[in-house]
Amino acid sequence: MRRTIRGWGPPLLLISPSLILIGVFVYGLIAINAYTSMTDMHTAAQTTGRAPVAFVGLANYWDLLGSDSFQHSLKNLALYTVVFLAGTMVFGFLWAWMLDRPVKGEGVFRSIYLFPMAVSFIASGVVWRWLLNSNTGDKASGLNRLFQMVGLDFLQNGWWNNVNFGITAIAIPAIWQLAGYVMALFLAGFRGIPEELREAARIDGASEWQLYRLVVFPQLTPIALSAVIVIGHMSLKVFDLIMSISKPANYQTKVPAIDMFLFKSEYDYASSAAVGVILLVIVAILIIPYLVHVARSGRR
Amino acid sequence: MTTTSTSTDVAAGRTRGRRHPIDPRFALSRTLRYAALLFFLVVVLIPVYVLLITSFKGQGDAAAARAWNLPTVWILDNWHEAWVTLAPAIGRSMLMVVPASIISAMLGSMNGFVLSRWRFRGADIVFTLILFGMFIPYQAVMIPLLQLVLGIGLPSGVPTLIVLHVIYGIPITTLIFRNYYESVPAELVEAGRVDGAGMLRTYWSIVLPISIPSFVVVLIWQFTSAWNDFLFAVFFSSAQNGPVTLALNNLANGSILANYGASMAGALLASAPTMIVYVVLGKYFIGGLMSGSVKG
Repeated sequence: MRRTIRGWGPPLLLISPSLILIGVFVYGLIAINAYTSMTDMHTAAQTTGRAPVAFVGLANYWDLLGSDSFQHSLKNLALYTVVFLAGTMVFGFLWAWMLDRPVKGEGVFRSIYLFPMAVSFIASGVVWRWLLNSNTGDKASGLNRLFQMVGLDFLQNGWWNNVNFGITAIAIPAIWQLAGYVMALFLAGFRGIPEELREAARIDGASEWQLYRLVVFPQLTPIALSAVIVIGHMSLKVFDLIMSISKPANYQTKVPAIDMFLFKSEYDYASSAAVGVILLVIVAILIIPYLVHVARSGRR
Repeated sequence: MTTTSTSTDVAAGRTRGRRHPIDPRFALSRTLRYAALLFFLVVVLIPVYVLLITSFKGQGDAAAARAWNLPTVWILDNWHEAWVTLAPAIGRSMLMVVPASIISAMLGSMNGFVLSRWRFRGADIVFTLILFGMFIPYQAVMIPLLQLVLGIGLPSGVPTLIVLHVIYGIPITTLIFRNYYESVPAELVEAGRVDGAGMLRTYWSIVLPISIPSFVVVLIWQFTSAWNDFLFAVFFSSAQNGPVTLALNNLANGSILANYGASMAGALLASAPTMIVYVVLGKYFIGGLMSGSVKG
């Protein structure tokens, strides 16, 4: 018995502050939030306890999921995630692939491709709001003006000012910021493939394409998976960029995180909490299988 | 490396032969590759060009037709306005990120050590439960968090934000330290055990001294993410007591007629600290990215 205590005591002592904090601030608050989402706390008076709050079950969820406005947010989120993921993976892979072979000034290219990652979404939003100016023709500014200058007038468009696809314009700055990150991941992946493996394949007469399909891609799969997880969960939380580029009240570029903020501003805490739960469920569907996979392969 | 054995000699020779600079196919593909790399370099730098030129433009230069031109007259008014508006918030951001990064690095180091080198039964499950905290959308805790912070009576602004960045930084700092300690030879810690050193002494006198590289990585990571945070800032602070991201967003979106010159000077000012860290300590920055994502 004493041995067990000696074995368990000090480690638990050292990590107990963190365990308590994570227990309360992550799991405890998730539980309270889930409860709040099942009440009728829709008014300022209720949030401060000046009016009674009643349990309403899943009513808020049915209201949300049934409303055109929230469906629009979910559709936007899906569209944004697809474009953001595809863009970062394509450019990240392409840049890593080009830089994997010997290149003069590799460090310069790498650092510049990666630097936008160190900038806040708010700061990048300032310049991208200007670049994604929706005016065309004589009044065109930003990228639309640039397209005119290089003779690509047909590319001019309203960017985020489109109710169906406007959200994909917001994915452009997001790709600008994070493609370099995916590049860094893939580059580490390329460098991690033993040269002997490639040479063995070449000796066996593999063509360049076979080399990639049979040797390189399988080796890069775990990296690609991490990249999808990291970019995917960032994408589901998109908030800052929209706040700074198109403003929260803008219907075109609304996503759940923006709804959550707007409900909170109107003291509709119940709906706000329900949006939070929905986001959590979406993220959990993506993350939990991954975490289980990581925990299993770590034990092996 | 290519002369160790005959078989690799052959392979290397073939490779070299095929990629010889005189081979026109190779020369062409190399030229194309450099052209593509330079093209993307220019594309990535376009926003920087816009930020710089616009921040030095006066009202007279603001016409849409001259959007991409250099300023006719280079003026500093925008920079002055941005500095006056943002300076107090930059100071508050500093006051916020420095303690937040140091405290969460300490907690992460202790957790990482216990979860990798002084394991107990169930350590993997505890680690996974902590890690999940890194991925949750904070929207899922925001409403009760607001009520809790209000209930405890934490002062709005910097003090609250320090606490939140420390708490929600625990998962990522734990992950980075755990991965680092896993790479430390187990014998080092075992030697401490055999010598009869307790866990705390092993941690203090053996593990902590070799943790400096990891501390640099974690501090940079936490500094950058707390500096760039906007979500907690907008929920838990106001224009009077908030960090620079909030102040910058107010400057850029505050009035109906946006003053792009001042906003862009402000964006550059607000990004300066993380940019300096990136340029000076880039190697560690990338180290953080890697350990923050690949494997557990």
